[in-house]
Amino acid sequence: MRTAPVGLRIGAPAFAKPGAIAAFIAVGCSGMIFGSGQFFESLLVVFAFLASISLGALIFVMINHVVGTTWSIVVRRLAEHLMMNIVYVAVLAVPVMCGIHHLYDWSHPELVTGDAVLTFKAPYLNVPFFIGRTAFYFIVWSALAIALFRHSIKQDGDGSIGHVESMVKISAPGIAIYALTQTFAAFDWIMSVEPHWYSTIFGIYYFAGSFLAINASLAVIVIYLRSRGSLNGTVTVEHDHDLGKYIFAFVVFWTYIAFSQYMLIWYANIPEETVWFRVRWDGSWKWVSLALVFGHFVIPFFALMSRYMKRNPRVLLAGAVWMLVMHYVDVFWLIRPAFSHGAARLVAADMTSVIGFGGAYVALFFHRLARYPLVPEKDPRLAASVAFENH
Amino acid sequence: MSAPAWGIVAVFETPAEILRAAEAVRDAGYRRFDVHTPFPVHHMDRAMGLRDTRLPWVILGMAVLGCATAVGLQGWAMGKGYPFILSGKPLFSLPAFVPIIFELTVLFAAFGAVFGMLAFNRLPALYHPLFKNRPFSRVARDGFFIVIESSDEKFKAEDVRKLFESLGAKEIEDVHD
Repeated sequence: MRTAPVGLRIGAPAFAKPGAIAAFIAVGCSGMIFGSGQFFESLLVVFAFLASISLGALIFVMINHVVGTTWSIVVRRLAEHLMMNIVYVAVLAVPVMCGIHHLYDWSHPELVTGDAVLTFKAPYLNVPFFIGRTAFYFIVWSALAIALFRHSIKQDGDGSIGHVESMVKISAPGIAIYALTQTFAAFDWIMSVEPHWYSTIFGIYYFAGSFLAINASLAVIVIYLRSRGSLNGTVTVEHDHDLGKYIFAFVVFWTYIAFSQYMLIWYANIPEETVWFRVRWDGSWKWVSLALVFGHFVIPFFALMSRYMKRNPRVLLAGAVWMLVMHYVDVFWLIRPAFSHGAARLVAADMTSVIGFGGAYVALFFHRLARYPLVPEKDPRLAASVAFENH
Repeated sequence: MSAPAWGIVAVFETPAEILRAAEAVRDAGYRRFDVHTPFPVHHMDRAMGLRDTRLPWVILGMAVLGCATAVGLQGWAMGKGYPFILSGKPLFSLPAFVPIIFELTVLFAAFGAVFGMLAFNRLPALYHPLFKNRPFSRVARDGFFIVIESSDEKFKAEDVRKLFESLGAKEIEDVHD
């Protein structure tokens, strides 16, 4: 029987020092030299991508609290840090809101007047309400994340079971609140880029990719930390296996949702709905669509099906990195066709945004990671979590 | 007095004892033996030296068969057997077939899992020699049983009894068919 590890910590890597974080942000902002159009379009993709990881972490933490899983305790702290990064994503929302007139047609009164659909939607899709909603989402998510994280950290000190109960009590209503806010956030930020089109399943589609992304992120982080000599014997192949199962399951779930959306639109064949897929089938977007079908479903579905693959750290790492890249492609595919009909283009600002804002996200994660124990070291279930085995 | 025994059964009182007994029987080189407990005992598969199940391959095969059946069934019926234009779609419209492809794949895979599991376990079995063994009735309550069958190549009654005794079995009995 392995016992609970105590005092597991790592030092902050060089790229996670405050100076480095500032440098990353500077690289991200340097995208503006390519023009505000490119910058805002790239920023929205990275913003939606990073938000999906932190939102996935928030729901991952809450679900595991509510259902009382044991296996996830050893990766909980890692997920909590990604969850807390929602505060950084909230800061990223500020430049996105600055680009509102570039990104969202419905924000231009001259386009709304004379357009029956946009006029009808104007009570919902208007600038003050939109910014207010986004602010509201981030306040709610940050409040949930901070409340959960505080209890988790206090537990490191006193080891009280009361914190477990408190976290469950926060998480149960938290999940319901999350479901609504996350759904509307997906409608607002991503779907309203093409404001004439709508799909009621869109929020779940974003959630599917988001939950996939958090599990892939955790797998990458865990395997990276073990290669650096941390968490060995604490996060074992058994936990890898569970993360792999989640990744596999949500590869399938994403496909299920994506196809459900596609099939109804294909079958009904109503022009105002099919146009969304038409745009994504024109020119080189066709190849991006096909890349998603194969790269986001067919290949990982077969690659991650077997138990052996999920329990092999190298395969799992490759699969997790692959899925994170595919998730970025997915978010890209949701947003960018609206701005470049007929031609999928990865622009220079995409590079600076991914490296800069994405790099800052990763650096902030490691910065936080170095400040606290790597696992909730006094959670009463930690020893059981370390000893967890699949059957 | 009677026909040679079908096997010899021994009773242990705790999961730890039965786990140790299974390891000892495995290490002694017996192959045809089985363990019966009131609840699943963790690591018993390793203690007994069982190899990984081949069931996943059966399930995969059945899933592929289900998928092929669904494509073939719908492709033939909709495209050739009863051609009928629906919603202006082509006769062979893969997107429309996907729900059935999904369902039949899952259905066949589930059949493969359930019936494959039964087949590998040689179930249903209406009769088993152990049913006549009186102490064995404790298996559903608090008895941990290990039985070595006489059909095992290494089976010698004295050796088996000695082994069980050395492991501290409470009761050791012949089981007759």
